[in-house]
Formats: sequence, structure tokens, C-alpha cells
Amino acid sequence: MNLQLTEDGRLRHFLTIEGLDRPLLTRILDTAESFVGVGERAVKKVPLLRGKTIANLFFEPSTRTRSTFELAAKRLSADLLNLSVSASATRKGESLMDTLRNLEAMQCEMFVVRHEASGAAHYIASHVAPHVSVINAGDGRHAHPTQAMLDMFTIRRHKERFEHLKVAIVGDLMHSRVARSQIHALSILGVPEIRVVAPRTLIPPFIENMGVHVYTRLNRGLKDVDVVIMLRLQHERMDSGLLPSEHEYFRYYGLTEERLAVADDNVIVMHPGPMNRGVEIDSDVADGPHSVILQQVTYGIAIRMAVMSMCLGNPPAVEGGEG
Amino acid sequence: MGTSIRGGWVVDPANGIDEQLDIHVEDGVIVGLGPSPANFEVEREYHVDGNVVCPGLIELRASLREPGQEHKATIASESRAAVRGGITTLCCTPDTDPVVDTPAVVELIHQRAGAVACARVEVQGALTQGLEGSRLSQMGALRDAGCIGVSNAYRVMENTEVVRRAMEYAATFGLTILLFPEDPWLAQDHAAHEGAVGTRLGLPGLAETAETITLARDLLLVEASGVRAHICGLSTARGVEMVAQARARGLPVTADVALPNLFLTEMDVTDFNSACKVRPPLRTQRDREALRQGVHEGTIATLCSAHQPHEPDAKQAPFTEAAPGISGLETLLVLTLRLVDEGLLTLQQAISRVTYEPARVFGLEAGTLSPGRPADICVFDPERHWMLTRERLWSEGRNTPFIGWEFKGEVTHTFVGGRLVYHLEDA
Repeated sequence: MNLQLTEDGRLRHFLTIEGLDRPLLTRILDTAESFVGVGERAVKKVPLLRGKTIANLFFEPSTRTRSTFELAAKRLSADLLNLSVSASATRKGESLMDTLRNLEAMQCEMFVVRHEASGAAHYIASHVAPHVSVINAGDGRHAHPTQAMLDMFTIRRHKERFEHLKVAIVGDLMHSRVARSQIHALSILGVPEIRVVAPRTLIPPFIENMGVHVYTRLNRGLKDVDVVIMLRLQHERMDSGLLPSEHEYFRYYGLTEERLAVADDNVIVMHPGPMNRGVEIDSDVADGPHSVILQQVTYGIAIRMAVMSMCLGNPPAVEGGEG
Repeated sequence: MGTSIRGGWVVDPANGIDEQLDIHVEDGVIVGLGPSPANFEVEREYHVDGNVVCPGLIELRASLREPGQEHKATIASESRAAVRGGITTLCCTPDTDPVVDTPAVVELIHQRAGAVACARVEVQGALTQGLEGSRLSQMGALRDAGCIGVSNAYRVMENTEVVRRAMEYAATFGLTILLFPEDPWLAQDHAAHEGAVGTRLGLPGLAETAETITLARDLLLVEASGVRAHICGLSTARGVEMVAQARARGLPVTADVALPNLFLTEMDVTDFNSACKVRPPLRTQRDREALRQGVHEGTIATLCSAHQPHEPDAKQAPFTEAAPGISGLETLLVLTLRLVDEGLLTLQQAISRVTYEPARVFGLEAGTLSPGRPADICVFDPERHWMLTRERLWSEGRNTPFIGWEFKGEVTHTFVGGRLVYHLEDA
């Protein structure tokens, strides 16, 4: 998937983690590191993308991801256009291509795209004008690469290195674009043991081909892990016959303090949000000493600033940067 | 006054002919092979030395889109594309709009095809009214209007009782029933094969069982009803095995595979290539090898393109939202010939699987070069190389993943009822 790289190996689009290499991911993390301080300053802006126009193009509702992209764009001094296009509206008339042509005519340099169809961001990236970059803010079940990178950033801040970690991803892997991107990122960054934990109905077949170990019991899956990533459980899963009830799900797969005790003493608990307290995670854990969930949100802005500035060819100078 | 096609290498699998012979045609009918018959007056001669002369090809399953979906293709456009690919008979599926569930629609299609006067168009009638899977169609009237078989196209019937009765009723009228094995529940919002690639790309997967469960049901009901049945579009190794077992038990069952499933696999959707979105989906390497083995052994006696032309917009969408289907008329012959080059089939066998065998599925007169049969003839240069480009396609549907492929073998002449309907200019 070289669609997202320029000929000299720089980021042109950011569509998926798959196919990128460790130096590039490390560079994204290092660049984000340089942006973390920006949010803490009195004037929370750097002029790196002054004069650039970025369009937030969300075909699926989202508050947080969209707001963090918005904040990231503003802190880079870019102009921002927010467009909510409900999928039903595009079905009625205007095709996806027409929407894109219109935005190109408004001279946008970057589209941040969220869409319910897997592959939507690839489709858009392969049809935009040469001067436009596309950032995937989530496509169907396929990928959510900026979320995965902010999770990697959070892990690195707490654990420093990836090469000795055991990481468990718990929950609805079947429908999770976040999990797919996390698995790619963790394995590229050198995590030796990636586990996925869920009932069989929520584990996509052949996921072990992605280099993970499959567990169906939570206590075994959590044993000695350094990082636990909980996934959000959508209410619809009960209706489609994948699970009997939220109550039963919490009983066997909900993360509680007691269950977390089998993990490493310094375990960190992450969640891409929004959380369903009492369904996949107990409040005691979500608000407890191991939780880094709110930090993830803060780091999300820095990661998105990093990816945006790198795609538009104007990242800040980073010490020891490579790739 | 007759026509003679001279000097070609004649391959007629039904009669075991594989030699250089002249063919003589009079009044649209083949009157002799070899020396010209007594009292035969030649009006026109075609010298085709070095080329292969075989029965015109029969496409088992073509969606012609007319009436109702003329923005995708028309009977005129697809008939011309057909003869360009050596196809002289198109068996069109009933998924038009309105569907082919009344004699009037059958007549309309025959009329349009007659006006184009290119390939023959044979019509498959709907098995249920509106293809809705609840009420039986007027199969008797459809047969009398000229339908060659009945099918529910790509719409699978959920109600097992209706399937059973439809088979019994079709058997009453001696109609072949075409069955597309796909469980509607397991296939809900499917996009690709349920496997390693689909999981990695986050594409909702269609499990092997979506095919085999419906296939098992249908084979058991075929056995109980005794209807002559044809299974459309096998895609799994297990499915091939089940059809082989049914045939071994003596069931009146034939099966086809769409040629793209013999050349592509799930790996070809890796970059979300919507040209490779098909029903049934491209599956694993192992499935592809089993399908090829099934073709080699004759379990799958017929090959088809499962022609589904689309307008560009239908494929201009993210993979999950793109329409399934491949425009295949112009690659039916060359993909079949590729199986000969790859050593899977002899030339005789290969030709048989796109001529004589599909004719047998419906009991058509076509598909052989026997004297007395309609002079539907394909002549091709087996050594000519060419590359498929978008611009080269005559079908309205440019939706094919084979753009850029190099092929060997090109049609030089196509005759329908003894009339030259296609001639490659510089041949």
C-alpha cells in the first residue's frame, strides 16, 4: 500500500498503519512529542500550516475524534472547514466523488475523512487531486490509524520501550477498526506478545494471521500483561445475535479491579472511548490508578498535529528524526 | 446458395472432431463437413487456414440489463460484445426490471434481440413472481413463450417450502432449474470472502458455509423432486466436493464456475479493488485449486463469465458499497483458452465446456457443428496475442479486473445462423 507514501518515502496520506515501517512510526511519535508542550502554553498555536485549508469530512457522527482533529488543525494555524455529510444524504443524490470534487474546488489541501465503509479513505485518496492529502479518521472496520498512534504514544510515555511488552486488546475485535490499526502498530514497533481477548462471536476468523494470540477467557488473557486496551461494545451487537446481553458481557469480559489483579503491577489501562461504564469497564478501573484514558485524549491532539504537519510537508525539526 | 468456411482446424467436441476440414452452410444450417455435398453451390467462401473453427460459444448466465437498466447495458450493446468474443448464444438471466415473470417480457427481449440480429438471446424465466421467493411464476406460460429454464437469479429463496414446490413445478414442465447457492442470512451485508484478507481489511466476510448450507438444502430437494438442476457459480472447495458426491449418486445436476474465480483469489482485493468484487466472492488459493480440479475432472462441466455489466458509477465507490459483478463476455473464450495453455484442459475439453456442455444444460440445439444444426460458428486465431484495455471493450460494462492482461487467441469470424456477424478487420 504505497498509496500513502511519496516516492522518497515521506507521508503523503495517512490511511492505515499497515505497510509503514518502524522509523516512520517512531518519527510520528517523536514529532508528536514536540507538540505536547504546545497545548500547555498560553498561546496554544504554532504557524506551521498557516494558509493551508483542511476539511473535516465526517460521513459518520463523531464528537471527540472530530474535535481533536479540529483543535490540532487550529493549533497548527490552518483554516478549517467542518462538514458533516450524513451517509443517507449522499445516498439520495450527490455521490462521494461529487462531494470531493466540490471540496477540491474550494482549494482544500487536506481531507480528514470518517466513513462507515471499509476502504473509503483508500478510495478517496486514490481519486483526489495530486496536491490533496487524506487522513483516515476511521473507515468501517478497517483502520483508525491516528487513534492507534495516540495509543502507541501513550504506551511509550509510560513504558518507554515496546520490545518487552505484553499487550492485551479486549472486546469487540470483529467490528473494531481501532484494534486492527493497533495490532499493526504494536507489531511494527516490536511488541513481542499481542493478545486479543473476546468471546468467539467477536473475534474475526484468521485474526491470528495478523500476529496475535487469541484468548477467550479474560483471566488468562490478562495474566502478566503490561498494557490492557479495552474496546467499546456497541449496543447493536445484542440485536444482531452476537451476544445475549450487556449484563452477561460484563460478567465475563468486563474489566474490574479484581480481574486486573492478574496483570503486571504497573499495568496501564486504555480505552479509545467513549466508554460504556458497567458494560466493558467498571468505573473503579476507568477512574483508578492504572487508567490513562484521559491522557489518551490529550495526546490525541499532539498525534494529529504530527500527522497533519508531516502529510502537508511541513513538520517541525525533530531531534534524531529519521524516516 | 451456400457458404463454405475453408481450411480451418475444426474442433467439435460433441462429434469428436479435431482435424482440418471445410464446413458448408446453406440456409443458416450446417449441411456438411469435409468435401462439399452434392448439388452444393458456393456463393461465398472464407479461407481461415491456421485458425480454429468451433461451435459458437454459449454464455450460460448473462445479465443483459434490458428492460429496465439500460444505463448499465442494452441487448444491442451486449449482443455485439458477445459476437466479438465468439459467443453466438446468450442465456440471459431474469433479473431485469420488470423481471422475466410474464410471457410479455420474454417476447420483448426476443424482439429486441431479433432487431439487433447479432447473437441469439435465450431467456431464463423467473422461478418466482418478481423473484421475491414467495409465489411460483407461471412456468408453463414462460416455457411456451420460449424460456429455456427457470432461475431466481441472484435472489436466494429463504422459504424452503417454496423452493421445494418450485422444483416440483419446474419438473412438471420439464424445465431446468438454475440455483445460486448463497444463504441470505449468512450473506447479509457481505463484501468479501471471510478469511485472512477480509479480516485484515475489515471487510464483512462471507463464510464458506453461506454457499454450502444452501447447496446442501438444494441438492437434497433436487434429489426428492427429481428436477433437472444446474448449480450456478461454485466458489468453494467444499461446494465442488458436494456437487461431485451428488453427481456420483446419479442426481441430475450440473454446475458452473465463473471464470474469474479460476484466476483470481481473495488476495486480489487487497487494495480494495472494487473491480474484483463479485458474488460469490473470490476465495482462497485452496478453493481456486479445488475449482480448477473440479473443472479438470468434469464435476464442473460448464464455464461461464457470469456477465454483469455496470455503469462506471456502480463501481466508483468504496469496496463495500460498490456493486458486485464483472463484465465478461469478451474474456470468456480467452480465459477458457488460458486453461488449455496452463495444461488443465485439452482444447477439445475447453471448447466443450463453453459450447456443447452449456447447450446440454438447457437442451439447446446449439453447441455442435453437426449437419442439420444451426450454423453458429466461431473462428479464432489461436496464436494471436492481444492486451485487454478499457477502450477495446465493446460491452457497455467496462467493469473487469482483467484490464492490462495479455491474452492469446482472438476471434476472427463469428457466424450466427450462417450469417457473418463479426469479422476482425485485419485478420
